[in-house]
Amino acid sequence: MQRIKTYLLASCFSLTLAVPALAEDMAGMNAKGFKMEHGGETFHMFRLETDTGVSRGDSVSSWDLDGWIGTDENKLWIKSEGEHKDGKLEEAELWAMYSRNISTFWDAQAGLRYDFEPRGTGYFVAGFTGLAPYYFETEAHLFVSEHGDVTGRLREENDILITQKLILQPYAEVNLSAQDVPEQDIGAGIADGKIGLQTRYEFTKKFAPYIDVHYGRKFGETASIAESDGEDKDELVGAIGLRLMF
Amino acid sequence: MVALLVVGAISTPSYAKTTQYNLTIERLPVNITGKTMEKVTVNGGIPAPTLRFTEGDDVVIHVTNKMKEDSSIHWHGLLIDPAMDGVPTFNGFPGIRPGETFTYRFHIRQSGTYWYHAHSMAQEQDGLYGSIIAAPKKETIKADRDYVIVLSDFIEEDGDTVMSNLKMMSDYYANARLTIGDFFKDVGERGWDKAWNDAKDWGDMRMARTDLSDVTGYTFLTNGKSPEQNWTGIFKPGERVRLRFINASAMSFFDVRIPGLKMSVVQSDGQNVEPVAVDEFRFAPAETYDVIVTPQDSKPYTIAAESIDRSGFAIGTLATSEGQRGKIPALRPRALLTMGDMNMEMMMKDDPDMEMTPADMISGWAKAGTPEGDKALSYADLRYAGIQKDTRQPERTIDVKLGGNMERFIWTINGKKFSEAEPIKLRYGERVRLAFTNETMMAHPMHLHGMFVQLENGQPAEKLPNKHTVIVPPGGSYSVLLTADEAGEWAFHCHLLYHMMAGMMTKVVVAKLDPGDVPPPAKTTTTPATSGGHHATH
Ligand SMILES: [Cu+2]
Repeated sequence: MQRIKTYLLASCFSLTLAVPALAEDMAGMNAKGFKMEHGGETFHMFRLETDTGVSRGDSVSSWDLDGWIGTDENKLWIKSEGEHKDGKLEEAELWAMYSRNISTFWDAQAGLRYDFEPRGTGYFVAGFTGLAPYYFETEAHLFVSEHGDVTGRLREENDILITQKLILQPYAEVNLSAQDVPEQDIGAGIADGKIGLQTRYEFTKKFAPYIDVHYGRKFGETASIAESDGEDKDELVGAIGLRLMF
Repeated sequence: MVALLVVGAISTPSYAKTTQYNLTIERLPVNITGKTMEKVTVNGGIPAPTLRFTEGDDVVIHVTNKMKEDSSIHWHGLLIDPAMDGVPTFNGFPGIRPGETFTYRFHIRQSGTYWYHAHSMAQEQDGLYGSIIAAPKKETIKADRDYVIVLSDFIEEDGDTVMSNLKMMSDYYANARLTIGDFFKDVGERGWDKAWNDAKDWGDMRMARTDLSDVTGYTFLTNGKSPEQNWTGIFKPGERVRLRFINASAMSFFDVRIPGLKMSVVQSDGQNVEPVAVDEFRFAPAETYDVIVTPQDSKPYTIAAESIDRSGFAIGTLATSEGQRGKIPALRPRALLTMGDMNMEMMMKDDPDMEMTPADMISGWAKAGTPEGDKALSYADLRYAGIQKDTRQPERTIDVKLGGNMERFIWTINGKKFSEAEPIKLRYGERVRLAFTNETMMAHPMHLHGMFVQLENGQPAEKLPNKHTVIVPPGGSYSVLLTADEAGEWAFHCHLLYHMMAGMMTKVVVAKLDPGDVPPPAKTTTTPATSGGHHATH
């Protein structure tokens, strides 16, 4: 596990170096510097959603960080998400990827993901993120764990404007597995899925409180494993939270 | 406030005087909208002072940069020694370092209304813009009063913050998007099929019909004054009043009108045109129009410049005394983009089966909401007031494709950002056509430094109007002619500030191949700017 952490840190560091413009701007105004000011600059966008709520009487809280730093073409992309249930950290993921713009609406991505919970596991990640027709924000990633297990995740979200500031965001996520992964209580096939609706009020684009309601359930073998462990195979969560962009 | 120093008329030879200005650039707290914030000022104010020259003057301008960042000033529309044009890294101009003074020296070879602004980062948005009046040796446009009307868009955030917000989220400032309510209203008006198909087409393209202005939240200013502060120009009934409109905004197109007055357009981009009577005109950032109005009544007239996204007005008043205020017209309904604002070739490539009726092909962008019977200025109306010297047919056509990726706020010329682009190379003296094709859904005001282009607007060759900035409408194309008679490296870019910053710029190099076969240029000799020696007069 320590080894994986070192890998993660090392690759974050080298990805940072891979973002070319980060190394610019030291020498003052030369022709290259002026050129880079017009199309080659480094920007960033991070979005953090944190919320707290209830699910079947248990208190749950979660975070979701998603964002990047880099140029139009080359970005270091960071993701992290996790969930506390009844005061216990149940899920925690950290991703670091190199993200390359490949077409108007799409980036190809590759990098590493590390899960701290439910058990320490490292993954290689490859996938896409972008905007599909009809404004569907799309993420599709494939994971190969350090044990060689192959899993995948697909996520879609869309904004529906009630007003310019009051926005409904339906979303859906599905996790897939190519094989049984007994250590993680996952069965082959569709492991679990989630649909939800976030209703947020954008005081500004950078500051938006929200109410989130989502329903998640496990499927197939994964559901059977959960049931035999005495766990719920589905959950309904209601939460209030805050969405920040920086 | 630092006093403006004008050392006029060191008149040894009477026909060439030296005019001198000192300009100090400094970030200072300003309060225009009721809130105090730090902005870029010149000699303590926004806009920068009006610089007045006479054709034939030698000009010396000492520019001191008291900011913590590099700065620069570009003299927009002036025919100038390239080293004095003020674009950092072009023609050896290093920009103006913090704490330094750069001395610009040039000769005024023309007359008309021009302006100046920063060419460094987003300092133009932050306040570094001002007007230039170059008086002709003999004025042919008679007027009793003469006012500069500098229109600009003022925002509380720093320009650099605006840029990073746009890069975070290209629709960061989109605050008039279509809502679910708008959709059902459309269903009510046109029926489900039409409304649904439109929503489907736009959704399929992942574009927004409301995308008229990339940045909103502006307070529009007239000569640095908010609508509440109401800049006022005084007239006596029956006087001919010349208004020199300069669009010094970073991102905002305006539809300009003065309800109750016909405007006679006499100059565009500093170049005289045959008078055209209009009720209104639309102009882009960097364009200028001089108009003559003759108010007959002893009442206030409102100068109303309405931004094309209909988010507000820049307001001024013509009145017989201070403190009067006319009626401010109601905002017109904002236009929605249509399929007519798309580049057809691009669209057919995307979806060859797309069905179009002629009604679909009318540009939404071009709809200014001009009342029935009123005349809005069109480029086709502009006729050069003199006779163009060069009426040659172009030897070649240079394609200038304006492209971009709205989703990521990337803007390009011929598919390349400035950070990746190779210069466009022209032979000294050659006549070329610049053929613009706009592959995007936004209008781009394209500005070439150092030379005027002639609009191919259907007028006879000797009457084609000179322009320094040309609007290329969404999805459309437009062509201009250029005589490459100014050697040097010239910036060529979209004058929407954040489009330029995102990459919509290239370099045009006009090279003298052999100094022997080129006539000596009729311009000032250049002393090295830093030498500070006395400037030769002609
Ligand atoms: Cu543009």
